[in-house]
Amino acid sequence: MKATNLSSAQTIRKVLGYIKRYWFLLALSIFFAAVTVILTLYAPILIGYGVDKIVGKGNVDFDGLKGIMLQISVVVALTAAAQWIMNTCNNRITFQVVKDIRDKAFRKLERMPLKYIDQHQHGDLVSRIIADVDQFSDGLLMGFTQFFTGVMTILGTLVFMLVIDYKIALVVVLITPVSLFVANFIAKKTFSMFRLQSQTRGEITSLIDEMIGNQKVVKAFGYEDDAMERLNEINGRLQSCSLRATFFSSITNPSTRFVNSLVYTAVALVGALSVMSGSLSVGLLTSFLNYANQYTKPFNEISGVVTELQNALASASRVFELIEEPSETPDAEHATVLEEVDGSVTLDQVYFSYRQDRPLIENLNLLVRPGQRVAIVGPTGCGKSTVINLLMRFYDVDKGAIKVAGLDIREITRKSLRENYGMVLQETWLKSGTVRENISFGKPEATEEEVIAAAKASHAHSFIKRLPNGYDTVITEDGGNLSQGQKQLLCITRVMLSLPPMLILDEATSSIDTRTEIQIQKAFAKMMNGRTSFIVAHRLSTIQEADVILVMRDGKIIEQGTHDQLLAQQGFYYELYNSQFAV
Amino acid sequence: MIKLLRYLKSYRKESILGPLFKLLEASFELLIPLVVAQIIDVGIPNEDVPYIIKMCLLMVLLGIIGLVCSLTAQYFAAKAAVGFSTVIRRDLFAHIQSLSYSELDQIGTSTLMTRMTSDINQVQNGVNLVLRLFLRSPFIVFGAMVMAFTIDIKSAGVFAVTIPALSVVVFGIMLVSIPLYRKVQARLDRVMQITRENLAGARVVRAFNKEADEIAAYDQAGEELKGVQVFVGKISALLNPVTYVMVNLAIVVLIWVSGVQVDVGNLSQGEVVALISYMSQILVELIKLANLIISFTKAIACGNRIQSIFEIQPGMKETEKPVVKMPVTDSVVEFHDVSFTYQGAKEESLSGIHFTAKRGDTIGIIGGTGSGKSSLVNLIPRFYDVTDGEVLIHGVNVKEYPFEQLRDKIGLVPQKAVLFQGSIRDNLRWGKKDATEEEMNRALEIAQAKDFVDAKENGLDSEVLQNGKNLSGGQRQRLTIARAVIKKPEILILDDSASALDYATDARLRKAIREMDPDITVFLVSQRAATIQYADQILVLDDGELAGIGTHQQLLDTCEVYREIYYSQFPRKESGHESNEPV
Repeated sequence: MKATNLSSAQTIRKVLGYIKRYWFLLALSIFFAAVTVILTLYAPILIGYGVDKIVGKGNVDFDGLKGIMLQISVVVALTAAAQWIMNTCNNRITFQVVKDIRDKAFRKLERMPLKYIDQHQHGDLVSRIIADVDQFSDGLLMGFTQFFTGVMTILGTLVFMLVIDYKIALVVVLITPVSLFVANFIAKKTFSMFRLQSQTRGEITSLIDEMIGNQKVVKAFGYEDDAMERLNEINGRLQSCSLRATFFSSITNPSTRFVNSLVYTAVALVGALSVMSGSLSVGLLTSFLNYANQYTKPFNEISGVVTELQNALASASRVFELIEEPSETPDAEHATVLEEVDGSVTLDQVYFSYRQDRPLIENLNLLVRPGQRVAIVGPTGCGKSTVINLLMRFYDVDKGAIKVAGLDIREITRKSLRENYGMVLQETWLKSGTVRENISFGKPEATEEEVIAAAKASHAHSFIKRLPNGYDTVITEDGGNLSQGQKQLLCITRVMLSLPPMLILDEATSSIDTRTEIQIQKAFAKMMNGRTSFIVAHRLSTIQEADVILVMRDGKIIEQGTHDQLLAQQGFYYELYNSQFAV
Repeated sequence: MIKLLRYLKSYRKESILGPLFKLLEASFELLIPLVVAQIIDVGIPNEDVPYIIKMCLLMVLLGIIGLVCSLTAQYFAAKAAVGFSTVIRRDLFAHIQSLSYSELDQIGTSTLMTRMTSDINQVQNGVNLVLRLFLRSPFIVFGAMVMAFTIDIKSAGVFAVTIPALSVVVFGIMLVSIPLYRKVQARLDRVMQITRENLAGARVVRAFNKEADEIAAYDQAGEELKGVQVFVGKISALLNPVTYVMVNLAIVVLIWVSGVQVDVGNLSQGEVVALISYMSQILVELIKLANLIISFTKAIACGNRIQSIFEIQPGMKETEKPVVKMPVTDSVVEFHDVSFTYQGAKEESLSGIHFTAKRGDTIGIIGGTGSGKSSLVNLIPRFYDVTDGEVLIHGVNVKEYPFEQLRDKIGLVPQKAVLFQGSIRDNLRWGKKDATEEEMNRALEIAQAKDFVDAKENGLDSEVLQNGKNLSGGQRQRLTIARAVIKKPEILILDDSASALDYATDARLRKAIREMDPDITVFLVSQRAATIQYADQILVLDDGELAGIGTHQQLLDTCEVYREIYYSQFPRKESGHESNEPV
């Protein structure tokens, strides 16, 4: 688990901030916890009184016994009710707080700069919102139910014992810490063993990840025996360190139980002597023995709860860190809504870099007239998507300005800017849901006819019809049940439905079968007709038909012009173009 | 799960002794209330201080014996559990390695990795817990009842009623709540899915201005999650209060019944105390048992998942014949009317494939995704068995070759560029264990990787991180090519493995391979027409069938599918481009 910059005090304060909203439930929970503890402690005393009414043959006070039995029944019923109410309150607070935190985290995801999402592993972000919040909720719940009642039980027991017989109470108070000490000592000693165990587990996991994850390569190179050998070596080490860690950690319980039995014995001894001296009744001795059992239990529980709470706080701080990331700069106050879009786009002395020390785009100027096609070309990984990032305002330019219809895009609302762009990226993202839901993603109010018309226009209709449930076929997460080309067609249809005046298209490279590819090309051509388009281009035909070609290399735009101009320059484009034909 | 228990056989001694010692400890624990009863009935009335001290020492002694027994038990349990999981891990790994590509496809490697790691750990914990505690709790519950019966049969009747009633309540609540927990998990999965989706599709969501809708969908999912959580919380919150009430009411009844018995002289006061403490003990143990069952069900589920992997039999048998004597022929690879269907698939992936690859030939394979290109080359090293027809190498069916001999002849560069943790040197050794420095450099040169490896500070000893993530896609591809050529194979298969290289590098690579060994037979799978254009034979695949076979020129003249592919990549409009061809 990664450490965070938040101190635990800060984290606790923040957690309390979330809990504060439910102060009424919290107050209720605390009240009923107190009631539960007091009643729970009172019951053994009543039982003790009961025992005192049963002295021996012919010496049983049945009338008194009846009264006590009634009292016990009432106390027990009240305890149970209080306990249930307390638990329910705790559940409610915990799950509500957890939901609040998750909601906040998700809202942050939708508002944070794309830079953050691009730079962080999605798995890590997901685990913060899911696993960490879960861990936190477990810890919080345990904290409420056990830590809280545990502490109260300890205090309550002390008070009750002191009231009945301070001598015995003293004995209990003196011996009990031994149990804590023993538990602590063992935990410390085993810590390094556990660390070794988890290190070795990490080693074996990464070997398994590699060898099983890439089992096909292992087989192709006949590496099975070597892999087995390596596994056996680590497995052997894991066995011995795991045995030590498991055994030594499992001696905690017996050891503390032993200390508890010492406490119990001491109470029995001192108690018996007190009974003889007449300062204690036999019944109350039973109550004491009962307490001796109860008293040590919360101690053992609390040490477990404390670790759990620490984990919970660490988890919480990871979520808070996410929540507290700055959101993207809000739209300017006077931001206008982009209405009349003629399709002209200007890039005026644009500077941009992802990292300060690595300048990327420097002084880029581009004038795109309505309806023009701009092709962006360059080798894989040269940063063609940077331009898309800037046009869509996923990232802001460092210097200079991008203008749409003469307006600086920072002066118009993001919503209206993005509404005017239709975007088809190479990563064909679809959400889980039906085909229809995906097509009408940008226009949920679209009618059935509109959806089908769009699908026909993008040549997706025919394959959609062949799907098991047609337009109602449910697409699994990330479109697992569709081919890459089909996904691309759906992404195109999604844009086709609303068909904004400007387009950003990323031609997919490989992994699309020829037939589909031709359909995609046709769909693209239909969309681009009369619209300003920016195309990350891989096909020669697209490039040749473009009005402007931007040639990118290492993240920079190094050449700009039409196909013929660029060929005449005999620069990088010329090289790139010719290499396609070389052998 | 039960079948997995065979792995405990080698730890039979430990698995029997562990629980046995645990039972011993429990028996000593059950004796304590009797000793206390003696103190109350004999020591106190007689004011016999030495007797009381003797009894207390006896309790300490019982405690010590209990401690020793329990430590022994913990050790045996830990040893058996850790040993158990070590053996399973080893065997499961070996088993996975024996599976063929078909099974790997069906199960999926990520599943296999979870089985190997977290599932095995869970099972280890489960076995450890069971050996330690599973017998103990029921033993104490029934032991307490037996002890009660030995004290007084009439009073013990209360136990006989209470225990079944308690069991019904405890297990009833568990039965109700376990499926609900599964529901919680399903709802949580949905929340996780939306989170993941919104991270992956952040650009699309924003481009379509769907943030608010996504937040609404997320809130809805979160609300549903909270709903079940609170509901299941209410039910499981019943467990403690209800059992508490039952046990205490049982104590009330017990007091009355034993009061009657004491009155007639069948029972002493100390024995009443003993009976009460047995009753309290039962409650504690039942709750423990309930918690244990929850972790136990988890372990069983994991165990079953592991067992299900063991039950998958490798679908391919290696020939038991010795190494095939190498006939020397010029027909290196022959496909005789080969058809192939993936396991579980409805349609054939390849049908009626027939061709011969001669020594020194370059065979180009082109076609869309799903057209069967990779399937075809995967049949050569016998990663899959054909469903019909036969694949011959030097005139001998691939099924007649031992795996090692067959795969030694073949250098495979898979589509996905997989590298392993270690140095570049380590990775090259996958191809040839005893490769010399010179051979490595030569291989890197051929693979066009020498430049970037030399540019690294540590050259061949530079570290490769897991999955080669510290290298670019193109660099990884070139290293996987080097790994394949270093073994100087007779047959080299490049399965679309130059897709991340630019056209010029791709061309240089092909040239270098040819120069390395004129006799090598090369299979080039590609989406790019330029890559395979100059092959001696081009196989054009369309939907698993051979749509055409021949040279580039022949295919242009005769094969419609080839023309379609070719002209989609090299538009023919302006025939001037073809004059760019240097060859």
